[in-house]
Amino acid sequence: MQLSNLISSKNELVEEVWVALRECTPVVLGVVPFGITCGIMGLTARMSGIETISMSVIVFAGASQFIGITMLGSGITGWGILILTTLLVNLRHLIMGSSLAPYMLELPFPLQALLAFLLTDETYALTISRIHKARYSALYQLTVSTMLYLVWILSTVAGVVLGGYISDPLTWGLDFAMPATFLVLLIPLLADRISLIVFSAAAGVAVLSALYLPGKWYIIIACLTASIIGGLLEGAREHA
Amino acid sequence: MRSDVFYIIIGMALVTYFTRIGALALFRFTGVPTWLNRWLKYVPVAILTALIIPSLLLPKGYLDISLNNHYLIAGIVAAFVAYRSRNIIATLGIGMSIMFVLKLF
Repeated sequence: MQLSNLISSKNELVEEVWVALRECTPVVLGVVPFGITCGIMGLTARMSGIETISMSVIVFAGASQFIGITMLGSGITGWGILILTTLLVNLRHLIMGSSLAPYMLELPFPLQALLAFLLTDETYALTISRIHKARYSALYQLTVSTMLYLVWILSTVAGVVLGGYISDPLTWGLDFAMPATFLVLLIPLLADRISLIVFSAAAGVAVLSALYLPGKWYIIIACLTASIIGGLLEGAREHA
Repeated sequence: MRSDVFYIIIGMALVTYFTRIGALALFRFTGVPTWLNRWLKYVPVAILTALIIPSLLLPKGYLDISLNNHYLIAGIVAAFVAYRSRNIIATLGIGMSIMFVLKLF
């Protein structure tokens, strides 16, 4: 009885890993161009290959790496401003973390700590849909996170190697890869009226402050202004 | 590795990890406050917009709304492809090809 239980639960574990691998494949493939872009961007920002790759290994956060690299490339090397921007960009993880907290808090602490390090938008989206379809599975989350982590690092390395063969990536317009990839993330978010208002506000404030303010301050100012407008509208709608 | 870049990478890693583990510790018993939830909800739209739009409208640091601005033209096409396909590879492929062709002429 115990033996058959063991065998069936072992089969279930294998099945869970298999489902996770199958479901994360399209997302993992979608991450590859981001990773390659990250590697190339690191070089265009005059970072060394080791610096770019170790950022992918220990930070492991696409959007904030792009922003961090862009800021470093344009000569912004202030520790505070880079760290503040990274914090702002990643604040959304607090929401994803709190949404997963009821499930993750059941796990042993080292596993919680590891899964938290590997938490990304992609993992969150897949894990939540797994919860809706079946139930929460730490093994599922771990499999998806690990695949994304490995592919992110490997594609960053590929970008660094690839970028080394192109004398000046900027003349080829490779820096266009950043806004293009962000567009794919942004457009599905513009699904309701408030999001469109937030988009317009962020676009207007960003262009104006990019014209009149030094450096990349426009990112923070536009983000704060537009997201607070969104929050206020959301509050007004809920009270209406 | 340069030490200033090293400290920045370490700082980015620490602050990122804080956001990822923070909720598990912070909202363990209370849940996310409604006002914070409302604000955070629109942060992704705001920050992505703030990154994309100036890089298309001011690629060289000044406002350039003309046919000579390759970033703007490729950006409009890429936005259309992204809207229709929701596909990173298609958007990146078509956007970069247009960029490449525009650079040739």
